[in-house]
Amino acid sequence: MVITTDCLLAAPIVTTLAAVPPGLDLEASFEAAFQGFGLSPGAAHLLWLPLPMLLVLVAAVVGVLVNVWLERKISAAVQQRIGPEYAGALGVLQPIADGLKLLFKEDVIPARADGLLFTLGPVLVLIPVILSWLVVPFGQHLLISNVGIGIFLWISLSSIQPIGLLMSGYASNNKYSLLGGLRAAAQSISYEIPLALAVLAVVMMSNSLSTVDIVNQQSGAGILSWNIWRQPVGFVIFWICALAECERLPFDLPEAEEELVAGYQTEYSGMKFALFYLGSYINLVLSALLVSVLYLGGWGFPLPVEWLAGWLHQPIDAPLVQLITASVGIVMTVLKAYLLVFLAILLRWTTPRVRIDQLLDLGWKFLLPIALVNLLVTAALKLAFPAVFGG
Amino acid sequence: MTIASFTQLICFSILSITLVLGALGVVLLPNIVYSAFLLGGVFLSVAGLYLLLNASFVAAAQVLVYVGAVNVLILFAIMLVNKKENLAAVPGLPLRRVLSGLVCGGLLALLIRVAFTTPWALPGPSPVGEEATIRIGEHLFSDYLLPFELASVLLLMAMIGAIVLARRDVFSSDIVTGAPVDQGLIEKARTPLLVQNPVQEPVR
Repeated sequence: MVITTDCLLAAPIVTTLAAVPPGLDLEASFEAAFQGFGLSPGAAHLLWLPLPMLLVLVAAVVGVLVNVWLERKISAAVQQRIGPEYAGALGVLQPIADGLKLLFKEDVIPARADGLLFTLGPVLVLIPVILSWLVVPFGQHLLISNVGIGIFLWISLSSIQPIGLLMSGYASNNKYSLLGGLRAAAQSISYEIPLALAVLAVVMMSNSLSTVDIVNQQSGAGILSWNIWRQPVGFVIFWICALAECERLPFDLPEAEEELVAGYQTEYSGMKFALFYLGSYINLVLSALLVSVLYLGGWGFPLPVEWLAGWLHQPIDAPLVQLITASVGIVMTVLKAYLLVFLAILLRWTTPRVRIDQLLDLGWKFLLPIALVNLLVTAALKLAFPAVFGG
Repeated sequence: MTIASFTQLICFSILSITLVLGALGVVLLPNIVYSAFLLGGVFLSVAGLYLLLNASFVAAAQVLVYVGAVNVLILFAIMLVNKKENLAAVPGLPLRRVLSGLVCGGLLALLIRVAFTTPWALPGPSPVGEEATIRIGEHLFSDYLLPFELASVLLLMAMIGAIVLARRDVFSSDIVTGAPVDQGLIEKARTPLLVQNPVQEPVR
């Protein structure tokens, strides 16, 4: 039994690795260039290391700015307003103005609050979210690190966040903050389980936790081989849980204005509030990126780029073709992610908030059983149709 | 010394210092909330040590289970029952502290002795790295199948026990003592949202 499962596990990994074109590998080219200048391989690698990290950090922050602008414009459109229009063309500078305002605000620590935990809370909320960008792939080699545990790293990192929320809720010395923090922790724990089960079904189909392998497994026949057709239930579960983990509006109980002022953020101002703000928007973009990686084919174009290159009689390994396919990959990843962000914003401004008991009921009594059944059905389908379900 | 081993040494020192100081803080700090948060830090630095040992799957599982579930539940419980009341002074507290300190010191000495007298195989087996996930799965479903299943039975028992303890209102008598359970105290009758006969306001 062990031997057969071992063969089942090993065979597809080898085939996917062999079938995948090498793709644009900036790291190898960069290090080769610097070794050409006479640097040792270790020094060249050390010079390379900070570059993708800085790039992804900048991309995450710019993503937040875009997100804030989209939120303002789309909410305005939903409510038949115009939205920001004087700060830059179409108000594109409005998020920068927002950021500057938060930067210059006084950093207030309430007199009876616990200063240390009060400062540490927002930091603990933001850091795991930024660390999770480690595993987001924009191309075959276009990610910071292709760690083997990939998507599991994101799940485990996102479970640190409720500690930061509890910390800031407790340290504020305010009943609304404490209630908000407790709600955030309860919500986060409840929705993590169906989320992980939905991810597990995808992982089972691709035989790997690595995000790159998950995308490669969906790259066979363009749009038709995306996981959304094989995992429609899983997609919906994952999307609902991702919205709940990001505390977006149908599920923004922890900061429900009518009940809790602003939940755990009530006492925060200035840059510490900005950290929460950044964290929630980076988390939203991250969740959208991961939905596109897990279910919408990641960097894949709706038609496989290998076919397109073949029809145009171009070798897929040529430098120019590689550059174009890599750019198409990045554009596709970001495009899919921002379509999902658009959906999330539209949901925020059109749906009413659920009650806390409805929220927990939905998580535990509906999503959890459905996710378990989805996992079981996926396992059965994988055994029955190994060709289609990545046996 | 290469860059990699130097980085590893720095990381190991930082993680170990955080681990030891954090663990001391968990035990010695009088504020239980600080202890609980420090416990999270201790779990995180243990995960960091696993990461240094090339066991990334175990590290991620450590973060998910201990930080994300156990520690959050501890914090949750502390914050739900956090009443500001001073605990009654225990008689003979200094003597108790000295005794427990002696026990802990003895345990530490014993562990240090074991660590120094055991002939450790150095270097140990080479780390499997990325293969670890597959290897753990194989072990769980072959030679460690019985402990794995027993653990799941244990968890099921704990869950049923928790339900029985939490939902005593289902039973008309307490299953432990046999005393009748007052349902009205546990589950208050739901107050109607719309009052049928509103109280007439006095006319001024």
